Amino acid sequence: MTTLTLAKALNAGLRRALTDDDKVVLMGEDIGKLGGVYRVTDGLQAEFGTDRVIDTPLAESGIIGTAIGLAYRGYRPVCEIQFDGFVYPAFDQIVSQLAKMHARTRGTVRLPLTIRIPVGGGIGAAEHHSESPEAYFAHTAGLRVVSVSNPQDAATMLRQSIACDDPVIFFEPKRRYHLKGEVDDAIPLSSAVPLGSARVARERTGDGPAVTLVTWGGMVGIALDAAVAAADEGVAIEVIDLRSLSPIDYDTVTASVRATGRIVIAQEGPGEAGLASEIAAVVTERCFHFLEAAPVRVTGHDVPYPPAKLERHHLPDLDRILDGVDRALGRVASAPAGAVTTQVR
Amino acid sequence: MPEPIRLLDEHGTRHASEEWDPWIADLDDAALAALYEDMVVVRRIDTEATALQRQGELALWPPLLGQEAAQIGSGRALRADDFVFSSYRENAVAYCRGVGILDLVRVWRGITASAWNPYDVGMATPQVIIGAQALHATGYAIGIQADHRRDASVDSVAVAYFGDGAMSEGDVSEAFVFASTFQAPVVFICQNNQYAISEPVRVQTRIPLVDRPAGFGIPAVEVDGNDVLAVMAVTRQALERARTGGGPSFIEAVTYRMGPHTTADDPTRYRDPAELEVWARRDPITRLRTLLEQHGAGGLELETRVAESADRVARELRAGITELGDPPALDVFAHVYAEPHPGLDRERDAYARYLEGFEGGAL
Repeated sequence: MTTLTLAKALNAGLRRALTDDDKVVLMGEDIGKLGGVYRVTDGLQAEFGTDRVIDTPLAESGIIGTAIGLAYRGYRPVCEIQFDGFVYPAFDQIVSQLAKMHARTRGTVRLPLTIRIPVGGGIGAAEHHSESPEAYFAHTAGLRVVSVSNPQDAATMLRQSIACDDPVIFFEPKRRYHLKGEVDDAIPLSSAVPLGSARVARERTGDGPAVTLVTWGGMVGIALDAAVAAADEGVAIEVIDLRSLSPIDYDTVTASVRATGRIVIAQEGPGEAGLASEIAAVVTERCFHFLEAAPVRVTGHDVPYPPAKLERHHLPDLDRILDGVDRALGRVASAPAGAVTTQVR
Repeated sequence: MPEPIRLLDEHGTRHASEEWDPWIADLDDAALAALYEDMVVVRRIDTEATALQRQGELALWPPLLGQEAAQIGSGRALRADDFVFSSYRENAVAYCRGVGILDLVRVWRGITASAWNPYDVGMATPQVIIGAQALHATGYAIGIQADHRRDASVDSVAVAYFGDGAMSEGDVSEAFVFASTFQAPVVFICQNNQYAISEPVRVQTRIPLVDRPAGFGIPAVEVDGNDVLAVMAVTRQALERARTGGGPSFIEAVTYRMGPHTTADDPTRYRDPAELEVWARRDPITRLRTLLEQHGAGGLELETRVAESADRVARELRAGITELGDPPALDVFAHVYAEPHPGLDRERDAYARYLEGFEGGAL
């Protein structure tokens, strides 16, 4: 066990994957000599060589398309898309080609790609560097989507994603690259928490009112802070770090909601047609008779990501999460202004 | 404008070429007859499949009529350990790779998206997204390079087939970038059949297509795509270049799509019949028949043998097509993931229970 930043934990996970399987190949812009714009691949080209850690031309569709060809040939590519907003040129190769290949070839062609994407905002960046594209990929059958929140998960889940025979979109919270934590980078994958499992990051305690707070990635830290603040007022928040966005571990979520009767789902991404809406729908279907209040979503607004000076008005922060918790507890009007609140007989 | 490389012209006259003759010096009369038979057979498959579509046995068929030499000439130059990434029109290449007759039509009957195991025949499932396969071929070639570094005896080649329309797609340009930067052992074969559905090639480019790869540092040749000898010669050269570490090549095979884009298309809406007459005179099969006759290797014996082959294939196709059963309902959920996926399993089980509520159950 060592204390590592999330970025260094990813580095350790990649190093171990490169060591354990000589078919693993890293591809991406600036990942070789530079070691990546966030240094996640720092030192790996020097250690494993230019044949295994490859600086690619500046062409996202080209990176994923050639990685697909490499996988056809039996390699296990780990591609880096430099920033979330740059994944869109590769969208066809990801959703039309990568996602569908196993099904369309009836299982004869496996494309075990891992696509690493620094995701999300909170870093005061220029346009297209703070996106939350998770929903597009969670909506696409054939892909697995994961989002890590802490250094240990970063190291282990990256190794698991690389070892997984399905294509995995691996989201890394860039606002948390400097977050430190204890990391064991040699956990045998057979005994690690399964890739598709959610984690109860903070259990509810006490007999007071309780709310299930579901989130992932860079928002987990804020959710935990909200839980500490709420505890001071006698409200127990059970924080669930989903970890996997496709598939979603609804068993863990629904077990919590059946106990608390209330759910808040928080995400950075815009709310419209996003993952929080999907989770709200499924939880309502499965836990309807246990719910004391309608599910509450705390999300980014339905706007293009704003300039840095306005970022704090877009990203859900601790106050907005606590406002969502209040709504779930019925302490403020649970519907936005203008909604129908009277019952129709 | 320079003429495309041509060894056998539309009149069946053989033109000597110091540069290209050595590449096909091994083709004796038996080999020429085999190429002739190949082209006749794949044209017959194409004709039958078109008829079967009109009869409602196939939902759709993309004919390759007129492009037989471009596909047979290149397809027969490949080794078993090479790997092909093609579009949906390369059924003659699939035939060369050993894909079964019925497997050629299975997709168009709506049974499956993939009619063969790519690793059995060294050919990927044909691509419908125009040009996407150029990147897959390039990546595969980069993989061959990596394998070659471990084992110098590995000298396979990846081959990408696409059309003139694909040359406008970004993925093809990106494939050229990667192929050139990595000097990957990939051959790009562009069948310029003059049309992308209704759009003539002048919509795709102001300059000859063969002039574009040079901008990426990739050697390119333009060949008469209806001359099976020239197509084979240039393909063999490109393969040899790739096998010996010389990097990628581009071949523009100039040909003509004598039929519609697919059986759902009506080319009378955008093509002049006079143009078809011009290209009919350039037929790839006719000119080879003439050459064989000149060699004394043609005539009744060859024609009878070849006709029997074509008839046999046609019978096999017609007899087998109605035996191709429909897939079971729950195949909808099959093979979406390589590893267990609880969410999808739950959906499948729910749908299976739903179907059981009907008479006949989950058919």
